[in-house]
Amino acid sequence: MTMFEEKQPAVSMEKMEWMYEQMVKIRYYEDQMAEAYMEGKTPVFNIGAGTVPGEMHLATGQEPAAVGICVHLTKDDTVTAPHRPHHHAIAKGVDLKKMTAEIFGKETGLGKGKGGHMHLFDPEVKFSCGGIVGAGIPHAVGAAMTSKMKGKDWVAVAFIGEGAANAGAFHESLNLAAVWNLPLIVVVEDNSYGISVAKKASTSVESNDLRASAYGIAGAYVKDNDPIAMYKAAEEAVARARNGQGPTIIEIETYRYLGHFQGDPELYRDQTEVPGLRQLDPLNKLRKMLAESENISEADLETMEKRAKQEVDEAYQFARDSSYPDPESALKDVFHP
Amino acid sequence: METAKKRMLTGNKAMAEAISQEMERDSNVFVLGEDIGKYGGIFGSTQGLIEKFGPERVLDTPISETAFIGAAIGAAAEGMRPIAELMFVDFFGVCMDQIYNHMAKIPYMSGGNVKLPMVLMTAVGGGYRDAGQHSQTLYAAFAHMPGMKVVAPSNPYDLKGMMVSAIRDDNPVVFMFHKSLQGLGWMEQLDVAVDNVPEESYTVPLNKAKVVREGKDVTIVGIQMMTHYAVEAAERLAKDGIEAEVIDLRSLAPIDKGTIIESVKKTHRLLVVDEDYLSYGMTAEVSAIVAEEAFFEMEAPISRLAIPDVPIPYSGVLEDFVIPGPNKIYEQVKKMMDEA
Ligand SMILES: Cc1ncc(C[n+]2csc(CCOP(=O)(O)OP(=O)(O)O)c2C)c(N)n1
Ligand SMILES: [Mg+2]
Repeated sequence: MTMFEEKQPAVSMEKMEWMYEQMVKIRYYEDQMAEAYMEGKTPVFNIGAGTVPGEMHLATGQEPAAVGICVHLTKDDTVTAPHRPHHHAIAKGVDLKKMTAEIFGKETGLGKGKGGHMHLFDPEVKFSCGGIVGAGIPHAVGAAMTSKMKGKDWVAVAFIGEGAANAGAFHESLNLAAVWNLPLIVVVEDNSYGISVAKKASTSVESNDLRASAYGIAGAYVKDNDPIAMYKAAEEAVARARNGQGPTIIEIETYRYLGHFQGDPELYRDQTEVPGLRQLDPLNKLRKMLAESENISEADLETMEKRAKQEVDEAYQFARDSSYPDPESALKDVFHP
Repeated sequence: METAKKRMLTGNKAMAEAISQEMERDSNVFVLGEDIGKYGGIFGSTQGLIEKFGPERVLDTPISETAFIGAAIGAAAEGMRPIAELMFVDFFGVCMDQIYNHMAKIPYMSGGNVKLPMVLMTAVGGGYRDAGQHSQTLYAAFAHMPGMKVVAPSNPYDLKGMMVSAIRDDNPVVFMFHKSLQGLGWMEQLDVAVDNVPEESYTVPLNKAKVVREGKDVTIVGIQMMTHYAVEAAERLAKDGIEAEVIDLRSLAPIDKGTIIESVKKTHRLLVVDEDYLSYGMTAEVSAIVAEEAFFEMEAPISRLAIPDVPIPYSGVLEDFVIPGPNKIYEQVKKMMDEA
C-alpha cells in the first residue's frame, strides 16, 4: 500500500500516522505555550513575569526533523536536544505532564522546577537538553560510546541548529565519533538563522552534510522540510548506526515560523518571509497526503488530532494544577545524598 | 540656578554611545560578537553601531566563541583595540582557555613586551527566570585570575565612563554589564537603569569604588544589582534609625581597598552582598581585606549575603530564595545591630 510516486519506497501507514499525530501534538503544544507565555506579560512585556517566565524558544514549523527520526527510535536510544527542545522531547516520548509542569516551574516537573524549558531531563526515555549551543553533541557521543562498550545496538541522536555547526564542540565530537566508529547521528535543523545571523553569513559551506566528508562519515540532506524525506534519510542513518557502520550527519531544511525567542522583534528578516514559509507548511502537506490515501478516513484523522490535543490539554492542566516548590528546596539536589 | 534638562539614557544606550565615540576617535577600535550587528546586541550594547560604522568594524560572528575571542587577542597583539562581546557570561565555558590562558597571561609571560588593549564585554545576572546556564554573574571566577581588569558598573553614567576607560586601557578589561540595568523594554523596568549621561566623552576610573549613600552605623558593600538593593534596604533601615553607608564596588579587580577600609573605620560594622556564589567569592575577599586591615576597628562579626552555593534555579520561588534582595539585606542588618 503505497501512496507515493513509484520511485519512492513505501513508508508504512502506521509510521505515517504516528508521525502525523506527533506533529499535530507538537504544533498544538507550541501554540498553547505561546499563549501561556503571554499570560502576565501584557500590557507591558517583561520576560521575567507571568505564568511561564524566562526565555522561550518554540519549534513551530520544525516538527519534521523531530518526528522523521524519532519514529525509528526506541526507549533505549538516546536523544540530546538544544535550547529549542519541545519538538524533540515530544517525539522522543518525554512525559508530557512532567515536562509541562517543569516549564511552569512546578514541583511536579521533571526537574522539580529547577531546570525550566531549556533544561529538561527525562532519563526514562533517555532525553536531555541544554542551553549552551553545541553542548549536547558530546553527550550523545558518550551515549553512543556506552552503547558500543556494552555491545548494544542503541543509537544516539544529537539535534542541533545550523548555527551550532560552527561551534568547536560540533567538530571535535564528530571527529571523535568517526575515529571510534560510534552509533551517532547529528541532525542539523537549518532554520536559516542563529538568532539574527543568517546561515550564509556564518557558515562556510552550503549545507552541513557536506562537512561529513571532513570526518570521513556519511552525510545526507533533506530539503523542503519534508517529513517523509526525513524519515528515509533517518532510516538509513539509524540502520548504519545500529549495524556498526558509524556516524551520520543529516541536515534538514526547516522553517522557524516564530522569533528566535518569544518577544524577538525580528527586525533582521523580511516581513513576507514567514507567511511565505507557512504556505509550505509540512503539517498541512502531510495531512493532505494522508487524506488522499484510501486507507485513512477524515474521521480517522480527526480522531488522531483530537487524541493529540487532549493529551496536550491534560498536560497543561496538570501543570496548572500543580504546586510551586517549597522555596527551601532550592538548596537540595546539588549533590546526591 | 541651572535648570537645563538632564539628558537621560538607559544603560545600553550609554554603553553604545561610549563605544561609538571611541570608534570615531580611534580607527583601531572595532566590535565583534554574536548578534551585535543588525540586532544591536541581545542586550542592546551595540545598538546603532552597524548603521554608523558598517559591517567592517561591527562584525557579527558565527557561534564560535573560541575563534572570535581568540581572534580579538590576535588582533590586539597587532595593535588593534577590539571589543569582543560574549553574549552571556555563562558561555565562558566554551572559550575560557582563550580568556585566562592567553588574554590574561600573554602580557605577563612576554615580560610586558606584548600589549593586549582589548575589552571583553559580557552580560551578567539573574532574576528574570532564565535558570542555571543564563543567570550567573561569575564575578569571582574572573576576578580570581590575575591579568584581567574586571569591572561591573551599576548605572548608565558609569557604564559610559568606564567603557571609555576600558577601551583606552592598554590591558585586557572584562567589562560585565548587568542585564537588568540595561534599561531594556522587554525586562522589568527599573528607575536605576536610566540616568543622566552627558553627551560629551568622559572617563570613570576602573579602580575606584564609590560611596553611594553615606551612613555611620554599618557599611554595606555591594556591586551592580546588590548595590541598588542595598540602597533600598538602607532607606528602610533609616526609618528604624539605622544609617547604613552603601559602597558600590564597581571594580572587582583591582579592588579598591581604601574606600572600604575608610568606611568601616567609621561604621565599625560590615555586610557584604553579592549576586555570585557565596564560597570563595567577592564577599570572602572583601571580608578578608577588612579582617586583615581593620580587624580591631570592628564591633561586630562581618556578615555576608550571597547565593548559597547552588546553581541558579528556574522557578521564581526558588530563584527569589537564593538571590539576595532588599528584604534579606534589611533583615540581616537588623540582626547585626540587635546582636551588637
Ligand atoms: C555557546 C553559546 N553561545 C551562544 C549562545 C546564545 N545562543 C542561544 S541560541 C543561539 C542561536 C542558535 O542558533 P541555531 O543553532 O541555528 O539554533 P536555532 O535557535 O536556530 O534553533 C545563540 C547564539 C549559547 N546559548 N551558547
Ligand atoms: Mg538556526
